[in-house]
Amino acid sequence: MLGSAFVIALRQLRRNVLRSILTVLGIVIGVAAVIAMVTLGSGATLKVTSDISSLGRNMLIIQRGTEPSGGGISITAPAFTDADIRALQTEIATISAVAPTSNQRSLAVNGNINWATSVIGTTNDYFVVRDWVVSEGRAFTSAEDKSGRMLCVLGATTRKELFGNQSPIGNSIRLGRQSCEVIGVLSSKGQSTFGSDQDDLVIVPLKAFHRRIAGKPDIDTIYLSATSAAVTTEAKSAIISLLRERRRLPRAAEDDFFVRDLKEITEVVERTTGIMTAFLSAVAAVSLLVGGIGIMNIMLVSVTERTREIGIRLAIGAQGSDILRQFLIEAVVVSSIGGVIGMALGLLGAVGAAKALNVPFVFEPGVVVLAFVFSSLVGICFGYFPARRAAKMDPIQALRYE
Amino acid sequence: MTDRSTEPSPEPLIVLKNVSRIYGTGDAAVAALDTIDLTIDKGDFVAVMGPSGSGKSTTMNIIGCLDKPTHGHYSLNGIDIGTLNNDERALLRRYAIGFIFQGFNLLARTSALENVELPLVYRRVSTEDRHARARAALAEVGLAKRERHTPAELSGGEQQRVAIARAIVTDPMLLVADEPTGNLDTKRSEEIMNFLVRLNTEKGLTIVMVTHEPDMAAFAKRIISFRDGHIESDVRQREVQAC
Repeated sequence: MLGSAFVIALRQLRRNVLRSILTVLGIVIGVAAVIAMVTLGSGATLKVTSDISSLGRNMLIIQRGTEPSGGGISITAPAFTDADIRALQTEIATISAVAPTSNQRSLAVNGNINWATSVIGTTNDYFVVRDWVVSEGRAFTSAEDKSGRMLCVLGATTRKELFGNQSPIGNSIRLGRQSCEVIGVLSSKGQSTFGSDQDDLVIVPLKAFHRRIAGKPDIDTIYLSATSAAVTTEAKSAIISLLRERRRLPRAAEDDFFVRDLKEITEVVERTTGIMTAFLSAVAAVSLLVGGIGIMNIMLVSVTERTREIGIRLAIGAQGSDILRQFLIEAVVVSSIGGVIGMALGLLGAVGAAKALNVPFVFEPGVVVLAFVFSSLVGICFGYFPARRAAKMDPIQALRYE
Repeated sequence: MTDRSTEPSPEPLIVLKNVSRIYGTGDAAVAALDTIDLTIDKGDFVAVMGPSGSGKSTTMNIIGCLDKPTHGHYSLNGIDIGTLNNDERALLRRYAIGFIFQGFNLLARTSALENVELPLVYRRVSTEDRHARARAALAEVGLAKRERHTPAELSGGEQQRVAIARAIVTDPMLLVADEPTGNLDTKRSEEIMNFLVRLNTEKGLTIVMVTHEPDMAAFAKRIISFRDGHIESDVRQREVQAC
């Protein structure tokens, strides 16, 4: 009985090919849109999270001034000192590495090539905290950290701009008026989540930076590693109370520095992309709903057209429930076919879009199954009204219908 | 006028008592049937005649369990139809009644075999059984070679024979025919009528046939004429047999 209803449904679809295609199309678009949106959304979330964790492991960042709020106003505050760094290193047990940094825009020159870039003065710990590998040459030694000699490690972009395909190791570049020997090149980190090129920089030892470039021993930003991801929050509050004490802030005063926790940032960004995904999926789901209304519309037309057939079936002994089942199965077959095609198109579209948008393709079997089940449900829901109309027909009236 | 004394005492299959069928309500109410009494025995072949609007189609719809009387009682083989709901009457049609219509009412773009199988589908008969029984029924009406053809590929007479095969494939106890020859020429009409007579005499199938052609009514054993919702005459014909 079910089997023959299925056969009848397929035959009915074949009978009016163009109409069937148009009906199915609504569901195809709806399911494809939902699957593509959810798949791309998960891909984007994965990309953002991995981008952020590429900034460094268990990283905390201390910056001076108040935290930029909605208005973007930040009040300048005293820079951090070498003594602050020593205190952070010795007094907080949950911190494993501390990298003080200072930076300045400067012109890097190799022969006749100029490149405006960001010069960062820091210590060897910077590479540890930011989880950054020196791909060519070497990093600084701790003796070089303290000696004040002008050495530098180039970011991948800076190296490419200044040296092209040549090896820069052992060559000298000029930073401002200072000559500086290149001892290493960093591996590429690519673009940050916020779109800036993380590889466009030159790193020099902090001491040398203070003496030869900045001319003052200020530390603007401190990068720290917590001993594990579990203690970042604890480390953060320890840092705040230590720095408040060292900077002699009265109890009522606000912090004149702020600590950012990478885990927090990750969570915020994940939540944001999650909301975006949900929002886009909801819009896509609306198109699935519209597809369902298309099915209902065509089923109503079909029921009217086939009034006589319904009359014949009723006369020879079909009950209302037999007719109801027949039309429901037709609706579900239409929507399920749409669901399968939509699934394929949605996944294909997601693969293409993922490539174009440079996000990873994440296959979510749960969503695919859900979209298919949902499309069948749309068939049942929107098929029910026309099917019930068919089932309630009076056989005498239906037989007389021309 | 009714000549029943010479008949052996037969069992009644259809009993209508004080049956009225009223369409509409209040002032607009029209009685298509006005308190009629009618008994049809098992194995009888009854022609129902009358001009349009006389109530013959209404009677046929009630006898065929497509409709219910507004007042009065109808019992088919002892079952009181008035107490049955739509689904229960559908079951009765499924298991006890076969229909033939003027317009043949075959499913378009569906093969003859599948059309004949349709009532068996609703009886939940297995696919193989269905094929076998439908083929047998088509063979009986002489269309064994045309089972793959759709109604559009068959002549009117052939279509009506497919419809007859569909009606008898379930071995019903009652065959209801609504102007079965209305769309056919004389030759085809007589073919169909001979076939109905054979079903009646050989299988003892009870047939109720609505017609407005006296030539066709002449094939029946009994002719009932309707006028204005009443039975005008009820004549039993003697020794009228198939030519």
